[in-house]
Amino acid sequence: MSLIDMNKHEMITGEWDNRSIDGRIGDIVLDPNRHLEAKLPGLLGKLLPQNMRSPWFVMAGIGFVFVNILLLCVTILVLTGIGVWGNNQPVGWGFDIINFVWWIGIGHAGTLISAILLLLRNQWRNSINRFAEAMTIFAVMCAGMYPLLHTGRPWVAYWLFPYPNVMALWPQFRSPLIWDVFAVSTYFTVSLLFWYVGMIPDFATLRDRATSAIPRHVFGMLALGWTGSAKAWHRYMHASIMLAGLSAPLVLSVHSIVSFDFAMAIVPGWNTTIFPPYFVAGAVFAGFAMVIMFSIPIRKWYRLEDFITMKHFDWMAKVMLATGLIVAYGYMMETFYGWYSGQSAEMALLYNRGNLANTPYSWAFYSLILFNVVIPNFLWIPKVRQNLTALFWISLSVNIGMWFERYVIIPISLSRDYLPSSFGYYTPTIVDFGMFFGTIGFFVFMMFLFIRFLPMINMFEIKELWHHMSHHKEHGHDVVATGEAH
Amino acid sequence: MAQIFKPAMNTVCTVSIFVGAVVPFAILFTGSRITRGPLNTKVENPLDQPAPFSHKHHAYELGLDCRFCHTGVEDNAQAGLPATEVCMTCHSQIWTNSPNLEAIRKSWESNTPIQWNKVNTVPDFVYFNHSIHVARGIVCNNCHGPVNKMPMTWKGEDFRMMWCLECHKDPSKYLYKDDAHPELTPKQQVFNFYKKLAAGDPLTPEEQELADGLPQLVPPDKTHEGVALMKERGINVKQLKDCYICHH
Repeated sequence: MSLIDMNKHEMITGEWDNRSIDGRIGDIVLDPNRHLEAKLPGLLGKLLPQNMRSPWFVMAGIGFVFVNILLLCVTILVLTGIGVWGNNQPVGWGFDIINFVWWIGIGHAGTLISAILLLLRNQWRNSINRFAEAMTIFAVMCAGMYPLLHTGRPWVAYWLFPYPNVMALWPQFRSPLIWDVFAVSTYFTVSLLFWYVGMIPDFATLRDRATSAIPRHVFGMLALGWTGSAKAWHRYMHASIMLAGLSAPLVLSVHSIVSFDFAMAIVPGWNTTIFPPYFVAGAVFAGFAMVIMFSIPIRKWYRLEDFITMKHFDWMAKVMLATGLIVAYGYMMETFYGWYSGQSAEMALLYNRGNLANTPYSWAFYSLILFNVVIPNFLWIPKVRQNLTALFWISLSVNIGMWFERYVIIPISLSRDYLPSSFGYYTPTIVDFGMFFGTIGFFVFMMFLFIRFLPMINMFEIKELWHHMSHHKEHGHDVVATGEAH
Repeated sequence: MAQIFKPAMNTVCTVSIFVGAVVPFAILFTGSRITRGPLNTKVENPLDQPAPFSHKHHAYELGLDCRFCHTGVEDNAQAGLPATEVCMTCHSQIWTNSPNLEAIRKSWESNTPIQWNKVNTVPDFVYFNHSIHVARGIVCNNCHGPVNKMPMTWKGEDFRMMWCLECHKDPSKYLYKDDAHPELTPKQQVFNFYKKLAAGDPLTPEEQELADGLPQLVPPDKTHEGVALMKERGINVKQLKDCYICHH
């Protein structure tokens, strides 16, 4: 049976055993020459949350400062109203929606890695999926904040949901904004469940290793009485596959629906059919950039070189490059459609984006091209993909570029649409900036809380790999050949 | 290794699945019942007033016309509360020493209006207009409950948007017409109803229900009459459901 047939067979029957581990991947994630001699507890000791110390305090502290800035800005916003933001006619959507779309996009790598790569049996994901999923959760939290606060009265945000209310009103089901509510809340729920279920065996490990009563009880409850029996593993695998099956379409649907917020409107530059695929590609692009940006320092600080290898970076960079090219294609097509439509409003938009001398926003468009199209193309060079410093800066460039993409889409289109008498300019305020950097701080803070208190790398999957490899060494098999022998 | 939890926790866990599924809904349901109940809406909850004014006595037993005090009801958005002078039309002559009227006399002497406690309110963003409702033949009792039976005034209905829309979606069920007096205009029909009440004239079952505070419902077999009445009075139902009808 070929490897692909085997995977299909397992996906249908749910039979999942060590055969499915591709020996070559094990080779990459855990170097057998280095680790088979080492003791498993020593290896896993590196992964225990309590060992994630310095510079944990510094990073969480920086994050905490920005969380407080965020809280301050939100307080000002709620007490005063959304007039403290720069949004005003004709630009009704400003930083809030830009940041919303940006954060939702960043979350997408987590779901792609955890769900789609799980279903496709790409075992290399094992050492990065846990924190990529955590990124999804925290990025969606950051994203969700913006539309909720944009309503102006977040305490009645439950009005967004269809329920039999005393106003006898239902949400406007024909509006993409209500689709957003469903898409994002489904996305958050499924991601959270997937993340939690994936951690149950590791919670059991932490429970068993806990030295004091409180963590033992907390992790004991979180582990849901995990015994590690064959039955428990069987159920666990079924739950994982089911949740992965639920999440996989979400990777595509969530950002498609977010793009409908624009694509369904008649504003020039928004009303384009290419938006859904190019938003999804952009989301994966930005998401992988964030995963790379996060894993480079973490790997160095906590000496995780054995788990997050250069091969991981190489593959992630390739995914980033591929999605980046799709996004670049999207920009080309957007421009082409604008020209091909022959509509004066669309042509005027192209002029507004492209003319450096006479239009207020062209700097944003050229920054976008630089950060999102020019710089990522350096990833074609293998040496750049192997250079972590270069990779870090390119990822940062991609994240900035993806932010500019939303900036180009939202204020440029809104500030100059059909009515010249209503042309305007968008200037963000200090509260806008405070909230933007505040959510970044919130994200950093949550991520560092996460690596300090929960297992950042999937311990049981590493154990499984270790077992698999040592087993084969004892029996004198060649690790590479086993995957193909079955 | 010692077990952290006792075996009984297995049962607790199993039960908690069901509890977790049911309790949030139970909480939401209970919450919605409470917010929609009289505790929150103040329906049938008489308020204390500076002077214990009885609609039952004045409007029903004595037969005063609603418009005698609520002068704005025919032409204005607000029905209006009577000035102290209106009260003193009679009470400068009768019950001049009644302790119940102390607040009225004080207001009269000091030339300051009486601060009545508001029973019926709608939010600021709702522009309710009395005159059009009266002009199309919506009887006071339809919205204000059995005013003719109120010793102290209470809120007859909850005034939730859901309740407003109940009629705005299909007013044909709530329009009043006294078949014995077809010559009266819709507005005259409204006040004729209270005249009939005060005079003790025999009432049809629907009229009796209206007097008891149940919004008049045209029986199912007479739906066509309500629809005809709606057409006759020029009520455009489609327009009634537009947002701007109440939220300008």
